[in-house]
Amino acid sequence: MYKIVRKEILNSQVKLLEIEAPYVARKAEPGQFIILRVDESGERIPFTIADYDREKGTVTIIFQEVGASTLALGLLNEGDSLADFVGPLGVASELEGVKKAAVIGGGLGSAIAYPQAKKLNQMGASVDVIMGYRNKDIIILEKEMAEVSDRLFVTTDDGSNGTKGFVSDILQKLLDEGTEYDVVIAIGPAIMMKVVCDVTRPHGIRTIVSLNPIMIDGTGMCGGCRVTVGGETKFACVDGPDFDGHQVDFDELMRRLSMYKDKERTAVERHKCRLEDQVNAK
Amino acid sequence: MQNKRNMSPKKVDIPVQDPIVRSGNFEEVALGYTEEMAIEEANRCLNCKHKPCVSGCPVNVKIPEFVMLITEGKFEEAYEKILETNSLPAVCGRVCPQESQCEAKCVRGIKGESVGIGRLERFAADWSMKNAEKKYDTVPFNGKKVAIIGSGPAGLACAGDLVKLGYDVTIFEAFHLAGGVLVYGIPEFRLPKDLVQKEIDGLVAQGVKIRTNMVIGKVLTIDELLEEEGFSAVFVGSGAGLPMFMNIPGENLNGVYSANEFLTRINLMKAYKEDAKTPIMRGEAVAVVGGGNVAMDAARSAKRLGAKDVYIIYRRSEAEMPARLEEVHHAKEEGIIFKVLTNPVQIIGDDNGWVKGMECVSMELGEPDQSGRRRPIKIEGSEHVIDLDTVIMSIGTSPNPLIRSTTPDLATNKWGCIEADAETGTTSKEGVFAGGDAVTGAATVILAMGAGKKAAKAIDEYIKSKEA
Ligand SMILES: Cc1cc2nc3c(=O)[nH]c(=O)nc-3n(C[C@H](O)[C@H](O)[C@H](O)COP(=O)(O)OP(=O)(O)OC[C@H]3O[C@@H](n4cnc5c(N)ncnc54)[C@H](O)[C@@H]3O)c2cc1C
Ligand SMILES: Cc1cc2nc3c(=O)[nH]c(=O)nc-3n(C[C@H](O)[C@H](O)[C@H](O)COP(=O)(O)OP(=O)(O)OC[C@H]3O[C@@H](n4cnc5c(N)ncnc54)[C@H](O)[C@@H]3O)c2cc1C
Ligand code: FES
Repeated sequence: MYKIVRKEILNSQVKLLEIEAPYVARKAEPGQFIILRVDESGERIPFTIADYDREKGTVTIIFQEVGASTLALGLLNEGDSLADFVGPLGVASELEGVKKAAVIGGGLGSAIAYPQAKKLNQMGASVDVIMGYRNKDIIILEKEMAEVSDRLFVTTDDGSNGTKGFVSDILQKLLDEGTEYDVVIAIGPAIMMKVVCDVTRPHGIRTIVSLNPIMIDGTGMCGGCRVTVGGETKFACVDGPDFDGHQVDFDELMRRLSMYKDKERTAVERHKCRLEDQVNAK
Repeated sequence: MQNKRNMSPKKVDIPVQDPIVRSGNFEEVALGYTEEMAIEEANRCLNCKHKPCVSGCPVNVKIPEFVMLITEGKFEEAYEKILETNSLPAVCGRVCPQESQCEAKCVRGIKGESVGIGRLERFAADWSMKNAEKKYDTVPFNGKKVAIIGSGPAGLACAGDLVKLGYDVTIFEAFHLAGGVLVYGIPEFRLPKDLVQKEIDGLVAQGVKIRTNMVIGKVLTIDELLEEEGFSAVFVGSGAGLPMFMNIPGENLNGVYSANEFLTRINLMKAYKEDAKTPIMRGEAVAVVGGGNVAMDAARSAKRLGAKDVYIIYRRSEAEMPARLEEVHHAKEEGIIFKVLTNPVQIIGDDNGWVKGMECVSMELGEPDQSGRRRPIKIEGSEHVIDLDTVIMSIGTSPNPLIRSTTPDLATNKWGCIEADAETGTTSKEGVFAGGDAVTGAATVILAMGAGKKAAKAIDEYIKSKEA
């Protein structure tokens, strides 16, 4: 069993869990992920490793409640245990030799991009971080990101924090001003990663994206996570999840992510009904 | 019990669920012999002196001996006789391709049907599970640790033999549940999962440790197992789980699955149950591309999920199909449509990227190829489209690269299979043994199990030789 040793509520939909998993913690690297099951009847759901502590033997994940399984995960508390927790999966981000980087996160992606920013900072690289949120109420990890970056830009779609716009607008501005990067790392919704790639493409800047297709095993045995990169089929769980963003077929990724939309909606309804039943029974 | 020889040219029928009923449920298709039926069938055995059937069995089960014990009503003894060389009789009795192994050599098969050896094996195992109390003699530990990678038939058999020799055995399994293909691939209606679980519980009762959620190559490497975790030897039974695709246009459309993904969702994640948390597409018109056991399982599962039309699309003729005869027969009874000598060219999608059909060509058979089977050749101008909403690719699997890419000194061949001695499982790396699908590529349960047993013997000899 994998015990939850710390739980934090980062905003109304986003939570953090620090979980006891000493073997995973020993090997985890930025860019890798884990798969967990909440309970014995749970589905296998993947999460990026948001942080790890090798000495304590813990791994941290940050997640958004978007459907039945993440809602169920959000109900767990410190002291509870997860049925299953497997990792580290996927290949680590290749950050070797990077001197100047932009790390760009969209929404929850900002949190997921934290380990990369932290590692680059520790390596002595200069790091610009650009985080984008819908509004100021859901901004998370601002302090942590400020600590590991040279410059931090936070934008909101509605301008409620004073800086209105998308992360790609900020990146465009920085590039127009003549800022040079060895690498741009973009993590977030597929559409945001696609737009960032469109911005960096004319400048020929290496752009790493972290893809999150639907997965089951996470070890290369089902092919459900296949993505097209440079015209070739890749299994994101073993060949990625990091890929060269300029080669990724984002439209296909977005289409495949919607494969179970109807079923997911029913699952949430069922989950809510069950919760209401539990409440009513009390 | 009277020993009356039964000279009927046909096997005693095995009760099965009605095809129409069963194609709507996931319960086991064949129901198994009663004691009377088993004795009647066992009496068809001529107890030949030269025992041709035994030579047809990859692990040389003592067939005439166990069959004779059944004729005497000594069912538990029959089961124990099988166990002498086969660790998983309840499984093998259900899934072995008997028609090309033991039963192919049976003298009774010359002028009629062979003795139903598989059915009798299954009967003995089921009888024992139901009636005999299982007691395990736990052997004192000899203080040596052996690591097994993978909990499929190869790993389970290897672990079972080693624990009996006193080794401290730990199985490392990537999934959250042990059993390999027996739990994630072969469906409930052919191999009930509680039966597999009982076999695994038996190993645990004897002292085998099972550590799930451990992907070797990621969380620990083989070198770390040997050097840091204190294991004296490692057995690799990691199977051949990497699905192949055809590389034709349209394979990434929504509604295209690998058979592995489709079956894993159903068997391991129980997506066929209404309240399951893992979703699956319930297609109306489903095509399964391939002709092996995996293809039959996928097609019959799709039918059970409610599909109206399910096609098997296979590029050779039915005679070349690698699936077990019984599976083909059951699939047909359940209404699966066989489109043989047909090969897909592309999958066609609608405007939203969902499958709406598959373009195929018709084939004819030419000269035999390297495999000895007649080579399928495309008939020009035979393109045609089948309307579908789901396509399941079942054209084979190969070993997962995770282990070989993290163990550079473990030699593999050009198909990615680990190179290992067929008799001992010895690999290019000292202390590392391998067997099952990871070595042979996708094969059978009995071969994997046999390889696990041979490796157990070799591992014992290796560890003892290091001590001496
Ligand atoms: C490598 C990887 C890393 C990820 N990291 C994070 C993370 O750090 N934090 C986070 O909040 N989310 C992360 N995700 C997404 C997360 O796995 C999904 O949000 C989660 O599975 C949704 O499950 P649900 O039942 O709550 O929602 P559902 O209602 O089932 O699904 C909501 C949406 O999530 C996606 N999804 C559903 N099932 C899966 C699945 N098995 N695998 C992948 N995506 C799925 C689909 O696009 C779906 O439309 C990651 C996904 C991948 C593949
Ligand atoms: C759908 C289907 C139907 C079949 N039907 C039949 C049949 O009717 N009759 C028959 O004889 N054969 C059948 N087979 C073939 C048979 O199941 C296999 O040949 C047999 O299971 C191989 O056994 P194995 O132990 O080598 O590997 P597997 O059963 O594949 O087990 C390997 C195990 O290793 C685990 N693993 C892999 N990599 C790692 C790693 N890096 N770390 C930790 N664990 C790892 C896997 O998760 C898996 O549990 C069928 C196969 C399938 C897929
Ligand atoms: S998740 Fe199954 S192959 Fe990637």
